[in-house]
Amino acid sequence: MAAEEAHLAHHGYPHGWKRWLTATNHKDIGTLYLWFSLAMFFSGGVFALCIRAELYRPGALLFPSQQFNEFSTLHGLIMIFGAIMPAFTGLMNWMVPLMIGAPDMAFARMNNWSFWLLPPAALLLLASLAVPGGAAAGGWTLYAPLSTQMGMGMDMTIFAIHMMGISSIMGAINIIVTVLNLRAPGMTLMKMPMFAWTSLITAFLLIAVMPVLAGAVTMVLMDRHFGTHFFNAAGGGDPILYQHVFWFFGHPEVYIMALPAFGIVSQVIPSFSRKPLFGYQSMVYATASIAILSFMVWAHHMFATGLPATVQLFFMYSTMLIAVPTGVKVFNWIATMWQGAMTFESPMLFSIGFILLFTIGGLSGVTLSVAALDIQLHGSYYVVAHFHYVLVAGALFSLFAAIYYWFPKMTGKMHNERLAKIHFWWSFVWFNMTFFPMHFLGLAGMPRRIPDYSIQFTFFNSVASVGAFCFGLGQLLFLYNILTSLRHGKPAPARPWEGANTLEWTVPSPAPYHSFVEAPRVGVIENGVIESVDGGKHG
Amino acid sequence: MSRMRALMAVMCWATAASAASLNLQSPATPMAEQEYQLHTLLLVVTGVIFLAVLGAMLFAIVFHRKSAGHAARQFHDNTVVEIAWTLIPFLILVAIAIPATRTVLAQKRTQDEDLTIKVTGYQWKWRYDYLEQGFGFVSHLATPRNDPSAVNRPNYLLEVDRPLVVPTGKKIRLLLTATDVIHSWWVPALGVKQDAIPGFFRDTWFLIERPGTYRGQCSELCGKDHAYMPIVVVAEPPAEYERWVAAQKQAALAEADNPDKVWTLAELEKRGAQVYSQNCVACHQANGQGIPGNFPALAGSPITTHNKPAHIDIVLNGSKRNPTMPAWGKQLSDTEIAAVITYERNAWGNNTGEWVQPGEIRAARAGKQ
Repeated sequence: MAAEEAHLAHHGYPHGWKRWLTATNHKDIGTLYLWFSLAMFFSGGVFALCIRAELYRPGALLFPSQQFNEFSTLHGLIMIFGAIMPAFTGLMNWMVPLMIGAPDMAFARMNNWSFWLLPPAALLLLASLAVPGGAAAGGWTLYAPLSTQMGMGMDMTIFAIHMMGISSIMGAINIIVTVLNLRAPGMTLMKMPMFAWTSLITAFLLIAVMPVLAGAVTMVLMDRHFGTHFFNAAGGGDPILYQHVFWFFGHPEVYIMALPAFGIVSQVIPSFSRKPLFGYQSMVYATASIAILSFMVWAHHMFATGLPATVQLFFMYSTMLIAVPTGVKVFNWIATMWQGAMTFESPMLFSIGFILLFTIGGLSGVTLSVAALDIQLHGSYYVVAHFHYVLVAGALFSLFAAIYYWFPKMTGKMHNERLAKIHFWWSFVWFNMTFFPMHFLGLAGMPRRIPDYSIQFTFFNSVASVGAFCFGLGQLLFLYNILTSLRHGKPAPARPWEGANTLEWTVPSPAPYHSFVEAPRVGVIENGVIESVDGGKHG
Repeated sequence: MSRMRALMAVMCWATAASAASLNLQSPATPMAEQEYQLHTLLLVVTGVIFLAVLGAMLFAIVFHRKSAGHAARQFHDNTVVEIAWTLIPFLILVAIAIPATRTVLAQKRTQDEDLTIKVTGYQWKWRYDYLEQGFGFVSHLATPRNDPSAVNRPNYLLEVDRPLVVPTGKKIRLLLTATDVIHSWWVPALGVKQDAIPGFFRDTWFLIERPGTYRGQCSELCGKDHAYMPIVVVAEPPAEYERWVAAQKQAALAEADNPDKVWTLAELEKRGAQVYSQNCVACHQANGQGIPGNFPALAGSPITTHNKPAHIDIVLNGSKRNPTMPAWGKQLSDTEIAAVITYERNAWGNNTGEWVQPGEIRAARAGKQ
């Protein structure tokens, strides 16, 4: 550490707080993103626990209903825009240049700006709790015309979304240019790692849909303050227009949070199975088809609005169709594990947990896609169960897999593997205890976003609340592991995982501050698996 | 003692668990029945797929692990397998899509109805208008909000003062709309959920075969009291339904207030307290203190203690600054508005001793137009 500091001072790089504020190094910015998202993960988690505490048993227990709605809104917004998306951007920042042999991200200063937009946006969101009228309380979807009713907390939320959107778009441009232009000689597109592929495709999704979200919330802002009537029927507007625009963003957004997870799992599973990814090319095509299809399914969030029969049918069919490439991915991962020589270190455990639970989320998604049945399930706890299987067991578990997988590379220290495994089993058990009963609640007729409920829903709500508190507590284990391993972890070798064979494992641990200042010539088989590295210099 | 308490807790959970349902509510209409069967089909298909995935994974985990001495076989890509696992799921989906399409089309077939009822969503109550019979009423939550022991009521939060009454064996078409924000009318046992959208009409239908009481809730987040606008549908045999309709028509006539009647302060306050508890209490609270930061207090406010014209104006036409305060003139009669204003000007220590007669409201309306 001291040597590194001296090295930086020698080159005249900023250190202390200036190193972070003026960061242009992709590793520093990646680190900033990851710490930021961890902080947001815990604050979003506190809101989740407030929700579960209120729902522990029927009756008005802790919070007035308006405040409960603020909590559920902030929980959603913070977890999506504050925790999951920045965590993936942070990982992409850290690992994509290392995996493709690039010296840094393409636009280093823009990279700085796209990160530093996030903390003020998060502050706006959190501070909105304290303003008159409270935070936005219309759910993370901010449906108009409910969102035209709220106080200034809603305006702060809208501005926060604008800033986070700009941040995402700049981050996405950076990823695209980096992946397309800065690959080392020999690292061709159809050979680069799946994580680079999913990052690339995710970046295109972001550029396509974040402006659409910005448009939707700007129209809400104008309806609120400038006398427009986009969503007010009395002035010739249409409340359902908001939902069309929002979900045109919203569904690709689901894949923005899922595709990078697919990428991570596609690196981890082959590494710990000691086998190549079964169908690399079909994985690339499946990812691309999921991305394209994700633009054609948005109205499946709106079956209960009373769309015409032909529209219901079109969106039902297109939504069902998306199960095919998703299935291809799951089958590919299993075929990769098949006949392998598997070991079960923490990244592998979280990846296997991911596949298993994401499959449940995917299959309940097929159930929801059936428009006729969605009439029963829409707006119920079944939907809450479904998307938490996709986003917690999906996105979050893949993030844990990624952190444990790359922690040695990022820090040069080994994390405590025993604790990490306990973290996995603890999370796996309590996750299911929290969210599986929600399927039953939804089927039995419990609407989502309510602070109090009828007595027949008591049992599963209590179970879910107990599960949620245990799940939440378990995450402190993760924090503890990270913090202590940063200080006291054993030094990590360049390649701590026996089967890991992509480019990042050929550089020392921790990765040098400036890696690949001179591009290496690499011999690559599919999925970024390295056969040979010639040349290449680290700073 | 503590063991006793633990035992009680376990018993409470056991009772709660035995009351908990694992599946959709038992269907009361042919449509709900179709949805129930679709769900069963999906559950079986997705369950089998999940077990296959789980089985393959577990097999690999048990037998293809390094610690079991298994060496990795470095195979990848197999066109036949890849085509199979693309095509087979596709065919399964087609098989699901066929009955699903049939049900979607049936859900959308709202014509040939026997009876049309207009349903209007308000923050936070439902209004039902029997269009052909010419009467209507508002249906409020009947569970007391400020009584913690209410959780012991069998239909806690799922009971209303006036349910929607429909005849059995008739195709009922609902025309849905809303006045403020989007609500959603959901009764699981009927297999019906339809958003009520302000400024637009959407329709849906149901046909109940057996008499009974069916309960549901608003299922689209509609603000603070989203959880407190339940739906109760009572299905009665046609003869009993007809008797109910006749009684409703008579009651509507009797209820219509003579607009020229001059009310006493006590009469106005009594009526006003009732109007307040049905319409205003959710935001301004039973003690008139509102919720600081969200909903202004009425106790001691300048409008409710001094400026009477402003008081009439804000109740009648809504607040210009705060869109959450609706224009009650569209929902309440002159008498109801006069009564509730009188109540507000005399409750919670406001004690102005002033009252407002329905005629003043009529005049205010006329002045506005």
